[in-house]
Amino acid sequence: MQAATSLNCDVLVIGGGATGAGVLLDLAQRGLRVVLAEQNDIATGTSGRYHGLLHSGGRYAVRDPESARECIEENAIVRRIAPHTLEDTGGWFAAFPPDDPEYIPHWLAGCKAVGIPTESVTLAQALKEEPHLNPKAYAIYRVPDAACDSFELVHTLTEAAAAFGGITLNYHRVCSIEKAGGKVIGALLENRRNGAQVRVHAGAVVNAAGPWAGEIAKMAGADIHMTHDRGIMVAMNVRWVNTIINRLATPGDGDILVPVGTVCVIGTTSVVIDRPDDLDIPAEEVTQMLDAAEVMIPDFRKARALRAWAGVRPLYDPPQKREGEAEGGVGEDGRFITRSFRALSHADVGAAGMLSIVGGKLTTYRQMAEKIADEVCQYLGVRAVCRTAETALPKPSWFSGNSRRLHSMTHRLHQLEHAPTHNNLICECEIVTRDQLEAAIKASPEGVSLDDLRRDLRLGMGPCQAGFCGYRAAGVLGETANLPPAESIAALATFIQERFRGNRPLLWGHQLRQALLDEMIYRRALGVPSLQPEAHATSD
Amino acid sequence: MTELRELPYLQETPFTADHCLKCNICTQACPVVPVTDLFPGPKTVGPQAQRFRDPDLPSPDHSVDYCSGCGICTLVCPHGVRVMEINTQAKAQLAAAKGFSLRNWVLGHNAWWGVLGTPFAPLLNWLFRFKPFRWMAEKTLGISARAAFPTWAGYTFRGWWRRRQKRGAVPAEESRPVVVYYHGCSTNSYEPRIGKLAVQILEHNGFRVVVPPQACCGLPLQSNGLFAEARQFARKNTQSLADYARRGVPIVGTSGSCIMALKGDYEHVLGLHDADTKALARGIYDISEFLWNLHRQGKLKTDFRPVSAFPPEVRALIGDSIVPYHAPCQLKAHGMGRPALDLLDLIPELRAVEMDAECCGIAGTYGYKAEKRQIAEDVGAPLFRRIRESGAQLAVCDTETCRWHIAQMSGAHVLHPVELLAHAYGITPDSPAVSV
Ligand SMILES: Cc1cc2nc3c(=O)[nH]c(=O)nc-3n(C[C@H](O)[C@H](O)[C@H](O)COP(=O)(O)OP(=O)(O)OC[C@H]3O[C@@H](n4cnc5c(N)ncnc54)[C@H](O)[C@@H]3O)c2cc1C
Ligand code: SF4
Ligand code: SF4
Ligand code: SF4
Repeated sequence: MQAATSLNCDVLVIGGGATGAGVLLDLAQRGLRVVLAEQNDIATGTSGRYHGLLHSGGRYAVRDPESARECIEENAIVRRIAPHTLEDTGGWFAAFPPDDPEYIPHWLAGCKAVGIPTESVTLAQALKEEPHLNPKAYAIYRVPDAACDSFELVHTLTEAAAAFGGITLNYHRVCSIEKAGGKVIGALLENRRNGAQVRVHAGAVVNAAGPWAGEIAKMAGADIHMTHDRGIMVAMNVRWVNTIINRLATPGDGDILVPVGTVCVIGTTSVVIDRPDDLDIPAEEVTQMLDAAEVMIPDFRKARALRAWAGVRPLYDPPQKREGEAEGGVGEDGRFITRSFRALSHADVGAAGMLSIVGGKLTTYRQMAEKIADEVCQYLGVRAVCRTAETALPKPSWFSGNSRRLHSMTHRLHQLEHAPTHNNLICECEIVTRDQLEAAIKASPEGVSLDDLRRDLRLGMGPCQAGFCGYRAAGVLGETANLPPAESIAALATFIQERFRGNRPLLWGHQLRQALLDEMIYRRALGVPSLQPEAHATSD
Repeated sequence: MTELRELPYLQETPFTADHCLKCNICTQACPVVPVTDLFPGPKTVGPQAQRFRDPDLPSPDHSVDYCSGCGICTLVCPHGVRVMEINTQAKAQLAAAKGFSLRNWVLGHNAWWGVLGTPFAPLLNWLFRFKPFRWMAEKTLGISARAAFPTWAGYTFRGWWRRRQKRGAVPAEESRPVVVYYHGCSTNSYEPRIGKLAVQILEHNGFRVVVPPQACCGLPLQSNGLFAEARQFARKNTQSLADYARRGVPIVGTSGSCIMALKGDYEHVLGLHDADTKALARGIYDISEFLWNLHRQGKLKTDFRPVSAFPPEVRALIGDSIVPYHAPCQLKAHGMGRPALDLLDLIPELRAVEMDAECCGIAGTYGYKAEKRQIAEDVGAPLFRRIRESGAQLAVCDTETCRWHIAQMSGAHVLHPVELLAHAYGITPDSPAVSV
């Protein structure tokens, strides 16, 4: 196919997760011309499939102090620059039997060493704040954790970058990296909406492809040893807690509970897998999560499980460990690898100007971006300082950040109450109106899928899992985007299938009843065609 | 280890929102939805909005206030969502956030006005039918000028009961099994005749009736968001009555809605989960429920006279017509069937027929609020039409505000079931004590 378009820029960033979006903003703000290429919609990789925690660092205080320090530094910064993406729930580290009391002094010392503030909470006070907590908790400390909406964060980053001229190309996959004279000169992209090719000429390329960083490096002839570490999470329809609860013990499976919006999420597992897109949700891992959650909240599984999903941690497994880095390497559990990050240059394989940023956490996206942007500037010989830590990100108009909950749960109810009529409610569970949908559809003239609208608006994420909003939204999509009926139906079938995937591991109790009702609506009443069962979840 | 919670959250009302499958059965059944655009329906304001309510913040959805509290949604939900209870709690939170409303305070405290007004009955009865006064009340307080107000009887049921006891006219043989009569405040101040008949019907069936101290059930306070005071009333009732319930002494009442408050709302709306509340809830009966249970055990006296032997003025009202019966929503919520209808079927020559209509619209104090008056009239319209079309001049209904509303809107006389039963037994409000 002919390269239909070409683009010139200083830097091409590959990957539209938190890291890539952070790099885009950082460099654009330093005055460079930057283009970001993301193969799907932004925040659909690990950043859109994570646990939702703006870490205080407490989790890493004992075994991974470097990461812990990064987390607490960035925690304070993100609170300052992006409060609208956070719900300031605060967090607790709580020890329950059979957690080892010996761990507590180590943990306290670790927190102290890296500057994580801890405050002891009495059981009586804890039960007053969180009445569902297991009263057998024997030690509780408060830390500055928060819940973070990554869709909101990544969107805000790309919007902020756009104001500095940073360009985001979603649905553009990098197919090859072009090199000349021992350095990278750009890349060839494919526009996945229409199959057209786009050639990007760039002075430098940043590989921020998360778990796919190894694949991108390979395109430039480099070899990065990434470990793909899959974790699953389960969202419950009841917000059992309003505070993030971490087990006060050596990090393990299912030991963090995060209240996010209308749900609360237990996670996660850690299983090393081969491919970055293996998003399987084994039933035994779901059971394992619910069992673990019940150590913290005894009635946990009696609420309705809404959906389960998996994400893949982009862990970097360096050939030579640095000092202090955990020994033992990778077993079948990826927990021994540091959560700190590294910036790697690939000049050694004739790909100077290609820099990879690997490892890290969502919490530390900004520091990662700063570090790699510094290296890019150095390579390009540009003198410009990073200002992302001081610059507040643009806030949406609805946000008035003066409540304790930075982002408030009642916001959507308030919007609905003031909508012109009650009748244009499309997604009832998550309160998405026809107006919101139409605006989102019109905002993307290149076309959107129902799943894109889900990420933008939370469409179909509530208890009925699109049972009642899917067909309405497909109708609105068809009408607004002038789609032929067959395309609306196909869009619906894809959406329903995707929703069902998150539901499949949770078919018991109320969610099973719900699934049967949804099945009646889609298969029996509407005759929506069934998609071929996927052999494997793939990125397309 | 300290257990701070009174009850596992799983049994609390807000948790039931988790069971909602969005099936819309409640929306279909809600009587308010079809008559107004101001109310988005039980599913929307109930389980759905509940997911977005923050326990520490007032709920921003004022539309929930248009829920009348009739309870049909809770009754029909196949998955056990306590929709009405969720709504009532949200309304209370809203009311608390809005601050004091004189109108709601006035409507909530009907129990006081009933007793305080008794000595001034003639004056008040005139005043409440005096149009300019009602117009003023609507303009200043927001109490609808069109709503039917009760008439003060001029004496109270409790006063009558005390005088009767003094006269020694109460059958008090030790051999008689005891029942407690719960009169509620409407019977006390506005319709003491119903209490008098109920007591005598129970005595006629061989019981010894006792009337311990009691308070208003608190339902009007509860539906006006005054939970703290409603709980005080509830506590008074449980303190005074729970002990009887525990000893197996039945407590019997004549107001379907009051009884439902004691049977269910104390726990599921007001959040009282103590042992007394539970004991009382299990030991209290609507009078028709109680009498019909007796009948099923073969213990109800069935010496009923046929309609042709009723007093002439009642006979004239019944004529050749059927007697329309309306089961109030609050009574349906008991989940006990239609015992009043079953009892009326025992009266020779009486043809009581249930009017197949959901709700009369009044829902306690709801239809007394100016902004909701039209809704209350529209909701009941099918019922009023059916009564009118039947040609009946006498109808039957178990709760007071519904009776007054139906009478006003349909033009029929509306009686409590015990009033017809009393005619059949030959009991009049002031009959001398009947002995067995
Ligand atoms: C289960 C789980 C729970 C987690 N919980 C937390 C938490 O609570 N708090 C926290 O701070 N961190 C958490 N993390 C870690 C955190 O989510 C990740 O470190 C972070 O999101 C990585 O972001 P990223 O931008 O580097 O990668 P990604 O978000 O994966 O972004 C990489 C992007 O590159 C794109 N891409 C790949 N190949 C190409 C190509 N050829 N062309 C164009 N685009 C391409 C992908 O589509 C993807 O969108 C969790 C991780 C997992 C797996
Ligand atoms: S509350 Fe009950 S009846 Fe109403 S939609 Fe939900 S499940 Fe159906
Ligand atoms: S209580 Fe009655 S009015 Fe209120 S939502 Fe339920 S059915 Fe509708
Ligand atoms: S419901 Fe009964 S006790 Fe309660 S206020 Fe009304 S009449 Fe009084």
